[in-house]
Amino acid sequence: MRSETGFDPDLYQRFPTQEERPAEEEEELRRIWCAPHGWEYLTVVNNNYVGIFYLGTAFLFFLLAGVLALLMRVQLAAPLMEVLPQATYNQVFTMHGTVMMFLFAVPMVEAAGVLLLPQMLAARDLPFPRLSAYAFWAYAVGGLAFFASLFVGLAPDGGWFMYPPYTSKAYSPGINADFWLLGIGFIEISAIAGAIEIIVGVLRTRAPGMSLDKMPIFAWAMLVFAVMIIIAFPSVILATLLLEIERAFNWPFFDAARGGDPVLWQHLFWFFGHPEVYIIFLPAAGMMSMIVPTVAKAELVGYRLIVLAMIATGFISFGVWAHHMFTVGLPPMTTGFFSAASMAVSLPAGIQVFSWIATLAIGRPRFNAPGLFVLGSIVIFVTGGLTGVMVALVPFDWQAHDTYFIVAHLHYVLIGGMVFPLFAAMYYWIPMVSSRAMSERLAKWVFGLMFTGMNVAFMPMHLAGLMGMPRRVYTYLPGSGWDMLNLISTVGAFLFAFGVLLFLIDLARNFRMAPGGGNAGNVYGAGSLEWLPTELYSTRSIPVVKSREPLWDDPKISDNVEQGRYFLPRSATGLRETIVTSPLLAEPQYVQIMPGPSVWPLVAAIFTAFFFLALTVQAYMFGLASGVITVMAMLRWLSETDRPIAQDEVDIGAGIMVPTYMTGPRSHGWWAMVILMIVMAMISAMAMFGLAFLWSNQPTFWTPPALLGEGAPIALGYGLVVAAAVSSRWLHRIGNNWAVAPVLLAGLAAPLLTWLDIRMWSAVLAPDASGQGAAVFAILSLQGTVAAIGILFAAYLGWRALRGLITPTRNSTLDLACLFIGYCGAQGLVGTIFTRAVGA
Amino acid sequence: MSNSATLKAALGGWPPAVLDPAGPYAEPITRLAWALLLGGTAVLLIVLAALAVALWGKPALRKRLGGDRTIWIGGVVFPGVVLTALLVWGLWLTGSLQATAARAGEMRVRVTGEMWWWRVTYLGERGETVIRDANELHVPVGQPVLLELESADVLHSFWVPRLAGKMDMIPGRRNLLRIRAEQPGTYGGQCAEYCGGAHALMGFVVVAHTPESFARWRAERLAPPPPVSGRGPELFLASGCAGCHAIRGTPANGTAGPDLTHVGARRSLGAGILPNNRGTLAGWIADSQTIKPGNRMPNYKQFSPDDLNALAAYMESLK
Repeated sequence: MRSETGFDPDLYQRFPTQEERPAEEEEELRRIWCAPHGWEYLTVVNNNYVGIFYLGTAFLFFLLAGVLALLMRVQLAAPLMEVLPQATYNQVFTMHGTVMMFLFAVPMVEAAGVLLLPQMLAARDLPFPRLSAYAFWAYAVGGLAFFASLFVGLAPDGGWFMYPPYTSKAYSPGINADFWLLGIGFIEISAIAGAIEIIVGVLRTRAPGMSLDKMPIFAWAMLVFAVMIIIAFPSVILATLLLEIERAFNWPFFDAARGGDPVLWQHLFWFFGHPEVYIIFLPAAGMMSMIVPTVAKAELVGYRLIVLAMIATGFISFGVWAHHMFTVGLPPMTTGFFSAASMAVSLPAGIQVFSWIATLAIGRPRFNAPGLFVLGSIVIFVTGGLTGVMVALVPFDWQAHDTYFIVAHLHYVLIGGMVFPLFAAMYYWIPMVSSRAMSERLAKWVFGLMFTGMNVAFMPMHLAGLMGMPRRVYTYLPGSGWDMLNLISTVGAFLFAFGVLLFLIDLARNFRMAPGGGNAGNVYGAGSLEWLPTELYSTRSIPVVKSREPLWDDPKISDNVEQGRYFLPRSATGLRETIVTSPLLAEPQYVQIMPGPSVWPLVAAIFTAFFFLALTVQAYMFGLASGVITVMAMLRWLSETDRPIAQDEVDIGAGIMVPTYMTGPRSHGWWAMVILMIVMAMISAMAMFGLAFLWSNQPTFWTPPALLGEGAPIALGYGLVVAAAVSSRWLHRIGNNWAVAPVLLAGLAAPLLTWLDIRMWSAVLAPDASGQGAAVFAILSLQGTVAAIGILFAAYLGWRALRGLITPTRNSTLDLACLFIGYCGAQGLVGTIFTRAVGA
Repeated sequence: MSNSATLKAALGGWPPAVLDPAGPYAEPITRLAWALLLGGTAVLLIVLAALAVALWGKPALRKRLGGDRTIWIGGVVFPGVVLTALLVWGLWLTGSLQATAARAGEMRVRVTGEMWWWRVTYLGERGETVIRDANELHVPVGQPVLLELESADVLHSFWVPRLAGKMDMIPGRRNLLRIRAEQPGTYGGQCAEYCGGAHALMGFVVVAHTPESFARWRAERLAPPPPVSGRGPELFLASGCAGCHAIRGTPANGTAGPDLTHVGARRSLGAGILPNNRGTLAGWIADSQTIKPGNRMPNYKQFSPDDLNALAAYMESLK
């Protein structure tokens, strides 16, 4: 067996160890991982708590958005009803879609990852527990405040994809649209924080021996999911930013009369928006692929094919966005490409469906609660997939687009592809976190009502669409022939809602949170690691993984894990810790010290939410204050990390010694920073795409850009920033005492370069005069923002250097500052040249 | 046939408009739709059958189903073949249906989406404005008509399902759509792209004429308007109506709202939402905000019943 890191795989033979472990070890683990009490309970960061809070909040949004759906169904039950007035209806349908997509679906699957991944990978926690806590609180506070806008009639009404120009200041003068742009913009930031956590968690904190081909399929799904978020979300973050800037400062990105283009929004939005659908679907499919083998009592058929299918889905999904724009008037070459890609993406979906069917065929399927929802999901999802193929055909889409046919299609896909798997997952995993399982008897009713209701509600909508009923209509005329279909749909919606209500009753009766052990246990007889006996510290010891279903293949594993016969049977450093392993073969590399409960992520999250809300209601001073408090809280939270500890190396079991600290590309912090840089690079790239797009679509509005030659000194300056960051790392490695100096200087110099560039462009263009001006200054503003964060990095680094916290071995802060400031220079360099090249 | 009956027939009902094409730019799509609906149903039944075998089938059958081969056939080979065939059909159809620039002598009409009605401008050979109208599109049967779709404000989408697929109206762009009706009649349509407020109440009709009837209609529209006088026209000019509306042959030349030169001849009122007669005209003038909340015309409640009647009668007379 080859090795990835030089670790000798023969060492795995030492496990399970034979000697008795002292009983105090377990007591110490309990003490180290115990959750704080009283009001400090809110400061927990452990994934067992944060995961449950996160899931609960996301499910609450599912219920809230569901109630909005019922309101709409009542309004549409008959023609010319007056239950919801026009303006209210338009807000309600916008909020229904927005809340379901942004506040329910993505957070729900992300939350499932936070809760389940550490258990499945047998890690003690995710690598950045405080980041999880921050992501959760920012989402919860911001999301609830956003939802509340509905109660004061200030909710957005532009539809969940917020197409300008309707959402621009001229046609939506109120702050409703700002609520959407700022509220959603910042919930996306929370999603990205979660994605970074998940990528690093999946790739670096797996149990030793769990090579990628033994990884639970859900972890694969979450990995692809998180990578897709990293690529897709920057696009919508940029889009929301641009539209908000257009609204606030009158920069005409989307105003055709001034050289902007409303179609630019559609590209930016759907470049995110369609991958978004797979972002929601893949984790749910991953759950299905975990549940189906348990339901069938058989190993998953086609594991490798499913992994390939998921990765393929991720790739292809970035080539389908324009299928939402077949009626925009794109050339046939373009629509043809997107049509082909949209059809191609159904292949990997088909692979997954047929592997579930094949798994059921070789096993002995049981019709328990998860089993029923799995079957329901397959039927509904396949139906939605088939209508998806239909609308992938451009001519058919010309008819079906923006009608109730699409409403039916997307609900079949999302309910079959996400909601039913989610209910299966809740029945399946609740015994892992609750002391009681859910009622199987009631589950049959829940399933029956939801499955029937779903089909009764949405099947007739296909027909309504073919009969000419457009989507997003608050009413319709009598005699249009749509009356009966709509009435049936309304009845179905209420059947579905009764099913959900029954589920809630069951939840109230049986759900008793048991994060510290004493859960209902492996009631369905699954084979993956999350069913090992756990307490707050997760498993007593971290097993060596030799197969995909360790619990099925090694009946003694649970006992051995609990007796501490594997890795880390105790806290080696006396602190919270987990083993960081290599990305491919999961060989132990070092012990990561994990942060414990802290109030600072909570404070930072609350004030981040306040910051965005303050911007929305134009309370700028309050917003500024909130922003400052947020940054202070984050620095405070950071300052508690990256601390020296006594032991350089520890025994992680059976005499295997690993370091307690790691710097450079092998450290988990480096990985997170690289991912963050990809996010920033994507935002920047999308902004440059915007500039090029406006140039090719609105060439008559183009001013010849500032000369490339004039920008050369600035470009050179940015190049020096990159060089300084690189040299700092090099100087540190050779032990030079002044290693910090170049990167500090570079961090301070970068904003000056941006300022010079802005001055140079101001002579040529005004940001509010043309689309070109707006786009160029948007790129400059992004650069300015990155440079400003660079100053913070430099200041933090300088402060730590002065306090002597940068030592030859403990230099993560220096590493990360070099990475960030180096990135800042690189982005500046590209931007300086690109802005001058487009239309030159 | 009364106006309202026409409207109902035009806007919906059975058979579904998408499956009931009335011209060569819709019919091939209907054929495709049927193939997709039937084929899709067949595939769904096959998957359900496979699922049923997996759950309840004889052990031998289940064993055959339970392997990688199932995944390859069901998930790769079968959809690969079917989708490739569909793609070719779709691409070919897209190419043949997508509107190209105007052909020589072809009738051109510019339709501009406005919040929440349709401005209709019949263009001459050189693109000049020949006839102004609103919310109604008159075409001769058997002839292709090129529509130039534009927007005056936000996004809209032009959709007459029985004649063609939809096409968006986008500020700053001009999209082309070709339609052709084979039989005389009225064909309903409605805005398909959400455009805010009264998006739900933004309908229109396409009226297809026999060649003779179309020639008559066109001649009527081009003829100089008869002189008008009386209480109705006086009120119209005195009450500010002319600020937004134009009536050819009178000083009224507003352009913000629909041209009313032939408002009395329209099949519907309020962009396809009301039958058009003296009663509904009066109701619209006095209280359009209740009929179509949010529309850009304020209520005119100041008129006495007699004045309102006179104004409505005047509107009705504008044939």
